[in-house]
Amino acid sequence: MSSITEAIAISSEKIRPHQLEVERLVRRISSIGICVLAWHLASTHHVDLGLVTFQNVPSPQEVLAAGWELLQSGKIVSHLTASMSRVFSGYLIAVVTGIALGLIIGRSRTSGDTLLPPLEMLRPIPAVAWIPLSILMFPSSELSMIFITFTGALFPILLNTIHGVEAIDPRLIASARSLGTGHGAIFTEVILPAAAPSIFTGLSIGMGTAWFCLVTAEMIAGQFGIGYYTWASYTVQNYAEIVVGMLLIGLLGMTSSLAIRKLGNAMMPWRVSGANK
Amino acid sequence: MMNLLAESSPVPAIQGQMQGQIDIKNLHIRLGHGKNEFEAVQNVSVSIQPGEFVCLLGPSGCGKSTLLGALAGHLAPCSGSIQVDAQLVKGPHSDRGLVFQHHTLFPWRKVIDNVAFGLKMKGLPRAERHERARELLKLVGLAGFEQHYPSQLSGGMQQRVEIARVLINHPRVMLMDEPFGALDAQTRMMMQELLLDVWERIRTTILFITHDIDEALFLADRILVMSPRPGRIIEQIPVVFTRPRQSEIWTSDHFIHLKRRCLELLHLKNADFPLRRLTPLGTAPYP
Repeated sequence: MSSITEAIAISSEKIRPHQLEVERLVRRISSIGICVLAWHLASTHHVDLGLVTFQNVPSPQEVLAAGWELLQSGKIVSHLTASMSRVFSGYLIAVVTGIALGLIIGRSRTSGDTLLPPLEMLRPIPAVAWIPLSILMFPSSELSMIFITFTGALFPILLNTIHGVEAIDPRLIASARSLGTGHGAIFTEVILPAAAPSIFTGLSIGMGTAWFCLVTAEMIAGQFGIGYYTWASYTVQNYAEIVVGMLLIGLLGMTSSLAIRKLGNAMMPWRVSGANK
Repeated sequence: MMNLLAESSPVPAIQGQMQGQIDIKNLHIRLGHGKNEFEAVQNVSVSIQPGEFVCLLGPSGCGKSTLLGALAGHLAPCSGSIQVDAQLVKGPHSDRGLVFQHHTLFPWRKVIDNVAFGLKMKGLPRAERHERARELLKLVGLAGFEQHYPSQLSGGMQQRVEIARVLINHPRVMLMDEPFGALDAQTRMMMQELLLDVWERIRTTILFITHDIDEALFLADRILVMSPRPGRIIEQIPVVFTRPRQSEIWTSDHFIHLKRRCLELLHLKNADFPLRRLTPLGTAPYP
């Protein structure tokens, strides 16, 4: 019996690697390539589909030129650092509050009844609606912007943490207690790791939604930020630059979400080495 | 092996005086709320000797698991008392290990860290708890699987890890809720022999729930037969086959005789409708 399970473990390791990975990477990159090609054709031929028209949409070449200009101007570094520090600050605060609140709410019905209703009421409020109040409430515009990205990241993290905690098999907790686990250790030894897969899903989605709120947040900004750059380009009707900003945000959001997922996989080796992943 | 575990036991057992005496007196347990409340266990009184292997036999939903859950400290009695070594059971404790039908190993811990978990909770240093976990894994025949994750093992192996994880705490009592019920017949017989073998070496009181008469007869010193809900103990059957037991006893006349008696008891009292399964944690169904 032992040799069989070992054989399975070894063979499944051997099937996975390189060739398959390379194939998947090629498929993914060509998918983006096809989208850019379609965009190129639609914009250069000024395709008009009635309901949606590409007549005034800048072409990939124009966008590339605008991107190159941004790169040449040297301002891109300031834009990037400003945006990233805002997004990551808001995100980090959301991670701490989201997970802490989620653990408490998921574990106790009383705290759920007390804490969830106001949170559920705040959840549907879009980031843009928070702008006036966040300007009023925080001493600096920097903090206001961090707050807006925070509101974007908080709810996916919070809700996934709650879901993860509520979905824990009660037998796991009972077993742990029968093995001598105290009330505090139950949180660190059982609840947190058991909810970890769901929490990481929330962290990955939250990373995306934090970037999602960036343009909104940086409407308040005076000088720097990718969101500011995008918004400022809109006000002067420079469409190519808008698309540059959009693509940059998409790229940064995708990369940081991916980084979170990779981090999750690294921290949860039992899931990667499981039979079916 | 046995010396090693006895030496490191937190309370050194006095020579000749084993631990694990269970005394249940007039126990009533009610489950559910409001309209759905019902009596799961009714007026159960029983004593189990230290080191005794007792099987609890009864139809599905009769309250066997409820009784076990109360002993583990996960369900509170409505009235009556449960004592282990003259101490009232008030909640879960590492002195009373619990094994479910499906394993409850932590999927995020490697096999060795699962087994060593109880010692970690006792604050033992890592090297020491790993050493003792390795000993126990050897005892249940899983040496070499220390670095695997539970999901990489078969069902029978997972239950062996589960048993090792409970036994590392050197519990006074091991409570087992149909631990081999989900295994195939072949693996189940292997596990029964393994359990008896382990129990010969690390003597602890075992209360073992099953609805498999053969299993109860093969394992137990004594069988307690429970009635359908509300669960009461309707008969106690001593099983006196010599130990170590061989599978030949399955076909002996006495075995058949006892089996017939058990069948009569279960059939006689069987409810007309299947009752919802109860668990050591109450009425919630297993996921």
